[in-house]
Amino acid sequence: MTHLKSVNRKAARIEQATAPDVVALQRTGVPQMPHFPLGCSLIFSPGWEADRTGGTAGLCQPVERDLFDCHIGCYWPAQVPDQLNHAPDWTAKCAAAQKDWRKMDLIFP
Amino acid sequence: MIAWAAREHHRFKAAGKPFVYLVPSAAIFELDDAADALLRTLSDRPRTREELSAFDNIDETLADLARVQAIGEIGAPPPVSPKVIPLAPVAFETARSVPLTTMVLNVTNQCNLSCTYCYEYGEDKIVDTANGRQPKFMTEDTARESVDFLLREAGDVAHITFFGGETLLNFPVLVKTVAYARQRAAEVGKSVDFSLTTNATLLKPEIIEFIAENRIGVTISIDGPKDVQDKFRVFTNGAGSYDLVAPKIRELLRRHRTRPIGARVTLTSANLDVKKIYRHLTDDIGFWEVGFAPVTTAATRGHAISGDGYDRMLDQFRELAYEYVEAAVENRHHGFSNVQETLEELHKGVSKAYPCGAGLGLLGVATDGDVALCHRFAGSDAHKVGTVRDGIDRGAQIAFLEKHHISNKTDCSVCWARPLCSGGCYHEAHTRYGDTGRANLHYCEWIRGWTDVCLQIYGELSVRNPAFFARFEDEHDASQVS
Repeated sequence: MTHLKSVNRKAARIEQATAPDVVALQRTGVPQMPHFPLGCSLIFSPGWEADRTGGTAGLCQPVERDLFDCHIGCYWPAQVPDQLNHAPDWTAKCAAAQKDWRKMDLIFP
Repeated sequence: MIAWAAREHHRFKAAGKPFVYLVPSAAIFELDDAADALLRTLSDRPRTREELSAFDNIDETLADLARVQAIGEIGAPPPVSPKVIPLAPVAFETARSVPLTTMVLNVTNQCNLSCTYCYEYGEDKIVDTANGRQPKFMTEDTARESVDFLLREAGDVAHITFFGGETLLNFPVLVKTVAYARQRAAEVGKSVDFSLTTNATLLKPEIIEFIAENRIGVTISIDGPKDVQDKFRVFTNGAGSYDLVAPKIRELLRRHRTRPIGARVTLTSANLDVKKIYRHLTDDIGFWEVGFAPVTTAATRGHAISGDGYDRMLDQFRELAYEYVEAAVENRHHGFSNVQETLEELHKGVSKAYPCGAGLGLLGVATDGDVALCHRFAGSDAHKVGTVRDGIDRGAQIAFLEKHHISNKTDCSVCWARPLCSGGCYHEAHTRYGDTGRANLHYCEWIRGWTDVCLQIYGELSVRNPAFFARFEDEHDASQVS
């Protein structure tokens, strides 16, 4: 951290505990929060760099990655249908995602 | 669209630098100007990322503040503060049993003084000490059973505090108890130490000799110089006690050098000259440390401290506290123990689920062997959590812990001082509101004011003499703070 300097013992522990986590799923040590793969579908335009807990463990699983928002807001667009290359008409029947999402079908490569 | 909002915190300045105290983690961070400005802006009202774009390097500053949870996204769930009830059937992996560490033994409920503000004898008493069913003196048998009880319930280290009434009225039992506890502790491989509280009226040379030889910690209840002491701390006939106790205390201080001896002062509306009292007790009498506590009493009593009184008390505490800083910067001792205790808690980052250890690591034992939450409730049936013979009534104890957890004190849920205060003394709440579970709302402003002073002092010391905090570091309790 560059803007904050830990002063008391608790602050030092927080700094230690929240050190940038690059291994996410391999995170060890107690106490470990229960892992709920909430994905990003709970809100419509999430920041995808990190999940709610600041790690990456709660991000979408590959199997879930065909949701509507993935191909617009997601910064990993390569694996999902996009309307330029794979499926130009994928969202044609979907005027409003909240209402019409059932009309979008699965896409198989 | 992401919007950011400040989370619970308290900002303060010390040594010209901005700091923040985070709630409920109790972490203290020094901020640079960018982080300070951003936190101020977000405290005013939440902003979107775009509204903050005028700040330099905004993403980095946001990330730092978010990382320690000083700020958070609007709509994101707030950090969880799990309600873990100690001793409850293990519901969380982290819950673990808490051993008894301190037993306060009320060896008598009799007293040779008649201090008018006394919570045990005065108008606010909760146990009938004069005509009740409690024996006036604890017997040697009960004291032995209490020691056995403590050694059963304690971890490796056990503390016994002798208390009253006037403790020394039952000196013979005290002597036998010390010997018995030493012997039993050695047999079971635990260590035990002792302290007592006394009004000093009965300190005879042979008693002083015993206390010194046995390394018994001593706290003396005394209110200050003669005019102050004699206002409330009187004999039954109304005569003041100062002239009797002062020479005895001096003799104790001269002879007993193995443990620091502290004075414990009760402040009342008529007795609020903190600095004068402190000077007298340290410079003139020679106490190593002096602790002050406002009197516990119903709001309607004449000696109760009211709003204006709390302000005066805070002003004087602040002045004394800054004296403490100057001493600490030069690594000199200063005996204002209220500061010392709070600084230690701030340094460790204590965030309390309960205001004190009563009913958990500390229990009080009445003269008949009934076990209560603490010495102030000893003998009260309503606050009984077992007997030394039958042990702790776990059901009653867990019910107590369940009811008094900070998460039940709704008034406290919006207060930044709750990691340290946690609602305040159960006995104070019982006396004021008739309910141990209530938060002590009559002194919230005072607590927040005092906590703010201590935070400033802590920040100041962290800049001017950080090595000073080394005295609060000890390995064995590092694991107790989470």
